[in-house]
This record gives sequence, structure tokens and C-alpha cells, in this order.
Amino acid sequence: MARKREVQEINASSMADISFLLLIFFLVATSMSTDQGLSRKLPEPIDPKNVQEDVEINKRNVMQILINSKDMLMVNGEVMQVSKLREKAKEFIANPNNSESLPVKKPVDIPLLGTQSITKDHVISLQNDRGTSYQAYLDVQNELVAAYSELREELSREKFQGKSYMDLDSAEQKAVQTYYPQRISEAEPKNYGQNQEGGQ
Amino acid sequence: MAKFRKEGGKKLPAIGTSSLPDIIFMLLFFFMATASKKEVSYRVDLSLPQATELTKLEKKSLVNYVYIGVPKINERKNNGVSSRIQLDDMFAKSSKEVAGYIERKKLAMPEKDREKMIVALKVDKDTKMGIVTDVKQELRNVRALKINYTAYQRKGKN
Repeated sequence: MARKREVQEINASSMADISFLLLIFFLVATSMSTDQGLSRKLPEPIDPKNVQEDVEINKRNVMQILINSKDMLMVNGEVMQVSKLREKAKEFIANPNNSESLPVKKPVDIPLLGTQSITKDHVISLQNDRGTSYQAYLDVQNELVAAYSELREELSREKFQGKSYMDLDSAEQKAVQTYYPQRISEAEPKNYGQNQEGGQ
Repeated sequence: MAKFRKEGGKKLPAIGTSSLPDIIFMLLFFFMATASKKEVSYRVDLSLPQATELTKLEKKSLVNYVYIGVPKINERKNNGVSSRIQLDDMFAKSSKEVAGYIERKKLAMPEKDREKMIVALKVDKDTKMGIVTDVKQELRNVRALKINYTAYQRKGKN
């Protein structure tokens, strides 16, 4: 005859200890900090089959930045400190006084903003030596990105009732981006060497 | 007259601890849900550069990492003292390996995310640009065009 025996209740007091252990494991293994950095977009790779011919670019539309292996900066043939670069770049991109030596302004129809004359063909050409230090390179990139974002911020405050660029909706941001298109070109290190040899 | 309390009369009842496991479990689940595992352990010395115009890398699943720096002290015997590229937890022999590595990572991603892939370059601030340029060329060749130069926020001005 089977005797009826009451099932003993499982002792759950160690449950807390077990879950504490798991908790501490995950606490240690978690890295909460999110990385941050300077986001950039690389240019499309060159198709070897249809090599584009060098587009003739008006000299006044180009701001040439060179960084040498001693981390020194040369902008359009002038030695410059990194701290001055931002102002210089802003002046170059916006060309507020329609100066003859700065990029050509052309009227462009921009949705939301109407027809504006902007320096749509300007190019900031950045070239570094293989011996340039990464920090120096990033400093220059940082200043250039800062120049663009300051200009965009100013434009946004002026045209959209004092709203910050970050608070605009995507169509408005697009309009501001069209007004100040980011045109930073990094010289092809390999092609550059070949061009030099070709002696065009 | 007020009554005096009898000494040792009423004892505080013991605090019930039966809900403790539940609370701990709740915390546990919270941390499990928010946990993102450390990418890899660095085999190169990394002191990141500083910058001000930073954006956060929100979705870690879209990010792949390439590390460049001088091998750590205990790795130098086998790997030299010049800057090297670390992919996952291996050293790459040359920058040519980056292209294959990124392609493999790209194929491992769900198809709709492939275009949004970001390559984060974690590069020591004293690295020479030559090796970084080589890596960038490789990334261009495999059309991994969105890159992020990982950096620290610069304190002070701005």
C-alpha cells in the first residue's frame, strides 16, 4: 500500500544568493559606456574602368590644407595654427562679403529657403603626409566639421525662428545641408604620387 | 499618568525577506537586457585622441571595430614595436586583411542592416597616418564608407 507522503517544499532561501551571483556577473561584464567619435563618410571607390577626368576647378573654389610630418599646417600656402583654422574655414565656406578670392557664389533653388546664392562648388582639400600623427589629423578634421556645424547652426537660427539645427525636422535639416554642403575631399595618396610623376 | 512601557514587551517583527529574490531578479533582468558585452580585449596600447564634434555610436550591432596602435608591452616580443592593426583579437599581417575581415563581418549581418554598417576606427593618437590611410583605402575598396574616428570628448573650450 502506497502511503501518501506530503511533498516537501523546496527550500528557496538560496535563490537570493544565486541571483546575487548572476547579478554581480552581469554588472562586471557590462560596459555601459557608449563609444563616441567623429563620424565621416569615405568617398566612393574609383572604378578603374571609367576613370573620371580631372574636373577643372577654379582656384578660388579650393581651400588646400596640407599637414606635414611635423604636424604643421599649411592653408593655401600659408602656415597656420590649428586654432585659427575654424574661422578661416567658415569664412571660406560662407564667403559672406562675396569676396573675389573666396569661392564663387551661385544662385540655387532650395526648398523651404527659396533661391539663395551659395558657394556650392567650394572644395576643402585635405592632404596629409604618411608621417602625420593621428591626433593632428583628427584635430584638423574636427575643426572643419566644427566650421560646418557652426555655420549650419547659425543659418538654422536665422531662418527657422531661432530653432537649433538639432531640433529641425528632416526636411528642414536637408535644406540647411543643401545651403552648406559638406565638401571635404581627401587626396588620394596613391594617385597623388602618380600624378606627380606624370607631371601634368 | 502615562503608562510606562514594559521592558522587553513588544519586539519588532523580523523583516520579511521572501521578496528579496524577486527584487534581485528584477535587477538581474535589467542588467541582462542592457548588457552589451565588451568587444574584445585590446592587444594594442590605445590612448584615443580628443575632439569636440562627436556623435554617439548608438547601435552597437551595426558597428565593427578596427584597432590600430603599438602592441602592448607583453605582446611586443612577438609582434614588434611598430603600429599594428588588430582585428577581433588577432593582429593583421598587413592592411590588406582589413578588406576581407570587413566583408566577412558585413555578410554576417542581416541584409537590411548591411548598408548601415559603421566601421569604428580606434586608433592611438600617436599613430602615423600612413597605416590609417592604408586601412581607409581598404575600407573604400569594400565600400564600407561610413566610418567613425573614435575619440574622447575634449574638456575645456567648447
